[in-house]
Amino acid sequence: MLTILFDGIAYGMILFVLACGLSVTMGLMNFINLAHGAFAMFGGYVTVLAMQRLGLPFLMALPAAFIAAALAGLVLERLVYRPMYAKSHLDQVMFSIGLVFMAVAGADYLMGSSQQFVHLPAWLSGRFDVAGIGVGRYRLFIIVLCGALAFAMQWGFTRTRFGSRLRAAVDDARVARGLGIPVNRLFALTFAVGSGLAGLGGALGIELMGLDPTFPLKFMIYFLIVVTVGGTSTISGPFFAAMLLGVADVAGKYLVPQLGAFIIYALMVVLLITRPHGLFARGRA
Amino acid sequence: MKADSIEARVQSSLYGARRWHPAEIVFWVLALAAFFLLPRQLLILNEIAILGLFALSLDLILGYAGIVSLGHAAFFGFGAYAAGLFAKHASADPLAGLAVGMGAAGLLGLLTSPLILRGSDLTRLMVTLGVALILGELANSLGWLTGGADGLQGIVMGPVLGLFEFDIFGSVAYLYSLAVLFVLFVLARRITGSPFGLSLRAIRDNPLRASASGVPLHWRLVAVYTLAAAYAGAAGALLAQTTQFVSLDVLAFHRSADLMLVLIIGGAGYLYGGLIGAVAFKLLQDVIASFTPQYWMFWIGLFLVLFVLGGRELIHGGIKAVVGRIGSLGRGAPT
Repeated sequence: MLTILFDGIAYGMILFVLACGLSVTMGLMNFINLAHGAFAMFGGYVTVLAMQRLGLPFLMALPAAFIAAALAGLVLERLVYRPMYAKSHLDQVMFSIGLVFMAVAGADYLMGSSQQFVHLPAWLSGRFDVAGIGVGRYRLFIIVLCGALAFAMQWGFTRTRFGSRLRAAVDDARVARGLGIPVNRLFALTFAVGSGLAGLGGALGIELMGLDPTFPLKFMIYFLIVVTVGGTSTISGPFFAAMLLGVADVAGKYLVPQLGAFIIYALMVVLLITRPHGLFARGRA
Repeated sequence: MKADSIEARVQSSLYGARRWHPAEIVFWVLALAAFFLLPRQLLILNEIAILGLFALSLDLILGYAGIVSLGHAAFFGFGAYAAGLFAKHASADPLAGLAVGMGAAGLLGLLTSPLILRGSDLTRLMVTLGVALILGELANSLGWLTGGADGLQGIVMGPVLGLFEFDIFGSVAYLYSLAVLFVLFVLARRITGSPFGLSLRAIRDNPLRASASGVPLHWRLVAVYTLAAAYAGAAGALLAQTTQFVSLDVLAFHRSADLMLVLIIGGAGYLYGGLIGAVAFKLLQDVIASFTPQYWMFWIGLFLVLFVLGGRELIHGGIKAVVGRIGSLGRGAPT
């Protein structure tokens, strides 16, 4: 039972790293980027290639995934995303679905449709027991790493100048711009970091979630649940939403496998009906 | 006197919108002529008619009421399964099956409509997507009823109206689908031109103001959502009956996404958008699939991106020009 909880938390941690970039971009520019998963997939493939072709160790491949995805995010934001901000939500959704389709087919073309694997270093594989609870080393690694990331982000979001500017821009971009905050640059940077984090999450998630060309479609709904349930104005909201989702999903799959993904979708619909503005949303006028 | 003339002008403009434009008549004549001119393409024509009806259904809620949906395939699939199961277990009569499919999907629309009344566009997108995913998951796990991943097999349809047997060339199938599409289209045309349809447009453009002028917001949205669900169910039922097979694919996410593309190609909010989009989409799919069957998703994605980035205005401008030309031909004088 506790093992399930542990696995669920590890899963939720990865979901958080994957989705937090999305939540910030959504909150900041009111832009629905369904193609967020494509960046995660990109990071995952970069990791696989870096390890298989270049022979990089796993720990070196993770930053590579982050940087590659962040660069991709920066370039794409500049070239194709920026004209989309002023368009309607529907256009944005269509646009990013188009990007997802292209990413899925492109990955299929370049990498083949089979599942990709990575070889974890020996010290990360296997599991040990603590007081009767089976603890996977890799999952522990994920929890520690992503936990640290979450703390760093929370700190950056609430304590630094960058964070306070970002929050100001999320709350009201026009006023922030009027006060001389470079909202566009801020957003480009945030988009890049968010994409990079997605890439990192994709790299970390290969072991747990698998990696194949349909990744962005398969997990799109998960990111969106995290964001819609967690709200877009904090770091902690998506964090707890991701934890909840991770634990519920893992528990559901272990305990009642015949229901499959049913639980997650039902959970999402129920949450959205009862709390349409997110689980931890601040009251907004 | 002056107020009177304004009233009269408003009335005549509203009635004018209801009158059949010559281009519309040309469109339907062409649709019928396709039956005789393209006897080898009847199967794909049938698919176009079904897709057109499906897109018409999305147009009703998106183009007229402004409800965004990423899970419209839920109703399509529900109607398809309902019609398929009805044909398999109850009666092989196509029209009864069609009614069952429409009724079942409409009921589902009615039941799920409270979900779309609340929240923002984003919430609606998520909730509709969630409903479609739940249904897909259900259809997958209820293998004893739906056949699961193997699909619903063994559907045998009776003749339409007891007279016309379905054949392998799809000639009856196409005429049947086209007839259903036409009837439902005329109905939709009538509805969107009615005060009810006008109030929907008011809601789309400004919900606050619409409710201030006495439009019962919730009930109108529930009604149109139910109606659109029934239309989607009809499209699904047509697919199930004419192909005599239902697979999990009817509930898949890409079906909802493709549908959005269809409506984006054709343009939302004037009913023909879905039909024109369906023709363009199927032709596009056919052309792309003939030279790269495996990666056609990439091209569809590219089209989506290009369309949203600016290609849409170009194409719609072209269509408007053509329609205007036909219209002026019909009236005999350029306007």
